[in-house]
Amino acid sequence: MTEPILCTPDETFVLNLGPQHPATHGVLRVKLTMDGEYIVEAEPVLGYIHRMHEKMAENGTFAQFMPNTPRMDYLSALSFNQGYCMAVERAAGIEVPERAEYIRTITVELNRISSHLLWWGAFILDLGGFTPLLYAFDDREKILDLLEHVTGSRLTYCYYRFGGVYNDIDDEFITGTREFIKRLRSRMPTLYHDLVTGNIILIKRLKDIGHISPEVCRKYGATGPVLRGSGIEYDVRKNEPYSIYPELDFDIPHYPEGDCMARYMVRMDEIEQSLRIIEQSLDKLPGGPVQAKVPKTLKPPAGDCYAAVEAAKGTFGCRLICDGDKGPYRLKLRSPCFSNLSLFGEIAEGMLLADALAVMGSLDLVIPEIDR
Amino acid sequence: MSIIRETKWALLELFPEQKATEAEAEVAAWNKIIADARAKAEAEEAAKAKAAAKAAEKAGEKTEAAEKAPEEAPPPEAAPAEETAPAEEEPVPEMDPEGDPPVSIEPESPRPLGVLVRDYKARGVHLDVLCSPDQVVEAAKLLTGAGYFLESVTGVDWIKEEQMEVDYDFNRTDGPLCRVVVRTRLPRSAPEVPTVSDICPGAGWHERETHDFFGIKFIGHPYLVPILLPEDADYHPLLKDFTP
Repeated sequence: MTEPILCTPDETFVLNLGPQHPATHGVLRVKLTMDGEYIVEAEPVLGYIHRMHEKMAENGTFAQFMPNTPRMDYLSALSFNQGYCMAVERAAGIEVPERAEYIRTITVELNRISSHLLWWGAFILDLGGFTPLLYAFDDREKILDLLEHVTGSRLTYCYYRFGGVYNDIDDEFITGTREFIKRLRSRMPTLYHDLVTGNIILIKRLKDIGHISPEVCRKYGATGPVLRGSGIEYDVRKNEPYSIYPELDFDIPHYPEGDCMARYMVRMDEIEQSLRIIEQSLDKLPGGPVQAKVPKTLKPPAGDCYAAVEAAKGTFGCRLICDGDKGPYRLKLRSPCFSNLSLFGEIAEGMLLADALAVMGSLDLVIPEIDR
Repeated sequence: MSIIRETKWALLELFPEQKATEAEAEVAAWNKIIADARAKAEAEEAAKAKAAAKAAEKAGEKTEAAEKAPEEAPPPEAAPAEETAPAEEEPVPEMDPEGDPPVSIEPESPRPLGVLVRDYKARGVHLDVLCSPDQVVEAAKLLTGAGYFLESVTGVDWIKEEQMEVDYDFNRTDGPLCRVVVRTRLPRSAPEVPTVSDICPGAGWHERETHDFFGIKFIGHPYLVPILLPEDADYHPLLKDFTP
């Protein structure tokens, strides 16, 4: 990386990136102190779409908060569904039937792929390539159709219930998913990797740009592909196994370089791993009920518990505090991008503005999930 | 040694009283294991001697040996307790090398300061630490030194008890899983706690968020301005007595 040419303080100027900017994908403002083309200081300013989800949780019952969860990270809504469900199930001691766990895994991994595909398209768009977005949306459309068929919605899924899922999957979904796996596998090497990953312009924009060391990740609590792009093999699905992940055979892609390219490659490899997970789950899919018997009004005993899942962007954690009433006494939502973005100020120092945009893209930010 | 046991003993540095009692209990448990093993070995030896005696001296004298054997067993019990007594000075490495520590019994509320081992399946955490506000920084130092990172900070308003709670969730990325929650209780009238943002810079934003929602002051925080609320916000929406 080039060292910034230091000027006297009165030669710097403030540049507001956002809150409305095509490269921020949502209302995020970054207050940049610039020295020519170089960033001296970067301060993300949040809260433009803060909706106080945590207060809404306290005001209703456990079930009433369910539709709020997909509205945080609307791109991997099912992970947030699952995280909240797991916290409540843990507090109330509800067991989920095996078939429901398999269905959850299949749908959540489809959702992860769709999230990564959208990130891929939008990220390349930030870097100036328009066509890949259309390819990504073409494939993502197939996932949305599949998920719409079982969940009833295309974006803000509210599909899981405490102790199971809302709707059983049918043969149409299973054959459609198998076809999709075949289709994406055939398109990945040519349309995704040949056209984009191996492209010299992309490599020049991403390689050795935005280096994040494992220490910085640990200091700021960064998780997900950002952490794995810094060479740390950490995934909640492996390190803190939940649902049926221990029974499945999949790898945790990780790259030691810590640059934008590493984070890019982690997500691209994760698509293939998710396909493997879906394939195995479909093969092993057991019969049986998809919903455990759960009382209509849940009243978990007083106490608190924590549940974490691997969302598409990193660890999504729920700290649920109950006081024996029908709703949460307090629900803390630990969203991955909040922590992932918090390291931006440190790594952006001395970076070129154009590189900073590439780094922000490689963090895969979803603003509603940061602001909650 | 299991990571949970290791972290527990590291954290017990903060609570000398609990550490002393736990060390005593562990030493006693350990002595019991040694004593049991010795008694078993003695009994086996006695049985062997008995068998040898039986083989050598025929049937007539075996009743004497059988009477002798149980008499020999009790005296060694006192001896190992004395031998292992020095372990009290340095209890950690002497402890049961395998296995996680047993889950603590639910204390009566209000619970005393100290470390509890939780049932992970039911709580989602392995260790639960309640400390005084001025111990938070020390706890964060101990945990980050042991390879943990701060995952989230949660505020809770216990309005009936006139208290506020701050929970710090720690997790680790390498090795076996161990989740630790560090909690502290503050008076509701003046909720103040030292910042941990100089130890875990990631806490900076989490503490700003907690300050937004609860008005908890993190003393020493370099930039305690609203993060999610508007910049001129003078209200704290997660307080239980908040009215919009």
